[in-house]
Amino acid sequence: MSAARRLLIVGGIALALLGMIYGVWYAVFVEHQELDGIGRTLATGFSAAARRDAAGADAALIQYKNLKYAYDRHVDVHGHWIGLAMVLIVLGIGIDRMGFSEQFKMLLATALLFGSFLFPLGVLLQTLSGGSVPRVLAVAGSGLVIASLTGMTVGFARGRKA
Amino acid sequence: MTNFPSSTSADGRDSAKAVFAPMSARRLLALGGIGLILVGMLVGDIFAVFVLHQNAARVGESLSAAAHAAMAGDANAVGSSFQSVGSFLENRGTKVDTHVHMIAFGYLALMLAILQPWVALRESTRKKVAWTFLIGAWLLPLGVFLIHYVGLAYSPLAAIGWASIFADLGGALVIVTTLACLFGIARHFSQAQRPPIEDVLLKDRSVAGRILLAGGLALILLGFLHGAYYAAVELDKHEALDTGLLNYLAASASSRHPSEVDKGLGLYGELGAEKAVNIAAHAHAIEFGLLAMLLAFFQPFVSLRDSWKRNWAWVMLLGSLALPVFVLLELKLGLLAGGIADVGGLLVIIALLAMWVGILRYTGEIDAAPRISGGETE
Repeated sequence: MSAARRLLIVGGIALALLGMIYGVWYAVFVEHQELDGIGRTLATGFSAAARRDAAGADAALIQYKNLKYAYDRHVDVHGHWIGLAMVLIVLGIGIDRMGFSEQFKMLLATALLFGSFLFPLGVLLQTLSGGSVPRVLAVAGSGLVIASLTGMTVGFARGRKA
Repeated sequence: MTNFPSSTSADGRDSAKAVFAPMSARRLLALGGIGLILVGMLVGDIFAVFVLHQNAARVGESLSAAAHAAMAGDANAVGSSFQSVGSFLENRGTKVDTHVHMIAFGYLALMLAILQPWVALRESTRKKVAWTFLIGAWLLPLGVFLIHYVGLAYSPLAAIGWASIFADLGGALVIVTTLACLFGIARHFSQAQRPPIEDVLLKDRSVAGRILLAGGLALILLGFLHGAYYAAVELDKHEALDTGLLNYLAASASSRHPSEVDKGLGLYGELGAEKAVNIAAHAHAIEFGLLAMLLAFFQPFVSLRDSWKRNWAWVMLLGSLALPVFVLLELKLGLLAGGIADVGGLLVIIALLAMWVGILRYTGEIDAAPRISGGETE
């Protein structure tokens, strides 16, 4: 088994496990509370509007906005870690068909694995910090994924004899 | 007719039989996996045509009722309208989950089929694992689909119905069997003197396989680029608009301006549609790309002429590209784009069905070969 194939398959399985463990933690400890909160704050906001309580409606909808922001990102992190893990494993199985040298394949595999871990991590950190660092991490991670996937697409199109 | 080993030599036939024997774990997972994806796609098409838009309209009506109840100062009606929204969203959510889980389990089955030579377990154990996986993979989506209809009827638990219990059981079976395969793979790599594995699926370098691999990865890349664009340019705008419109609705209802409420509801509906088509285009491009890549590995088992294998590969890629592109264009072109997107989905289903039939033909040929050769010697 080549080093690039091993890196992609083992890294993919590790990333899938990370995504699943994170998903279980999220489903048990966070998801239901967030969903209940989203429904409750929305209903509270409109009930306050029915009572002509503008301040109450505003406060409830600000809570709704914060909960929805966090919920969307939490779900995205889970989906993207596992989705990217599947792509890594499939690419690992097929990497021998890529028309590049072993060193270049290893470089692409490393960039893809690193980017696949970093991009959802940056999104997750956005729920903890509103600063620019999480966004920079997410952009850098997705840039690595895009660059490496572009290289691999070219590699598969060039093909390689058995 | 085909370039698979069984048609060329006795040795090749034996090797084909060895890797794809009748009722073997690999054959069960490959055929069962493609079957799951086919049914999952059909469920998705039926859902898109007959349920999705009607359900979205009902959600919109309930939200409108909540806003008008707030305008009339009726807090109780606000609460009941939001309960209706919750019920419609649950109905929609279970249909989407059925579609998504069938296809995702199909992908997992194909991946496990490819990895079977590395699963260091007895073939009888691998067969049991494959059957159990498939039972779980059908049970979970079926249970999820029935959640909305069965509810809590005859349930021994206060909050979880029988449909949920069976869905969870299905999920547990999938987890346990996937872990069993992972255990087998770990066992293979822990063997000090493991034999080198020569697998026909990994050695294949056919043109159809290359088209599907490169095209599939290009689709994943396109989906990823679209997602990155959406996150960078549209996401913040949509999130701000979502809260802004809800504030506008609440303020309009509070100050009893029915025309403002209706305007706000219209804009909120448009925003929901814009978010939905962007997410659908992103997800479908990546999922179809992954499907094309997985099917690339199974091309040696598709018993069709090489030219037909290439044709079906192109049909699959064409449909896989048309669906997300025209889903995105739905907001500008309306039903015309929606119709073309549905045709794209249908092309993917037809190409997948053709490959599935090709694999069935292959199984028929390798199963019939010993009987034919036996007949010749008699």
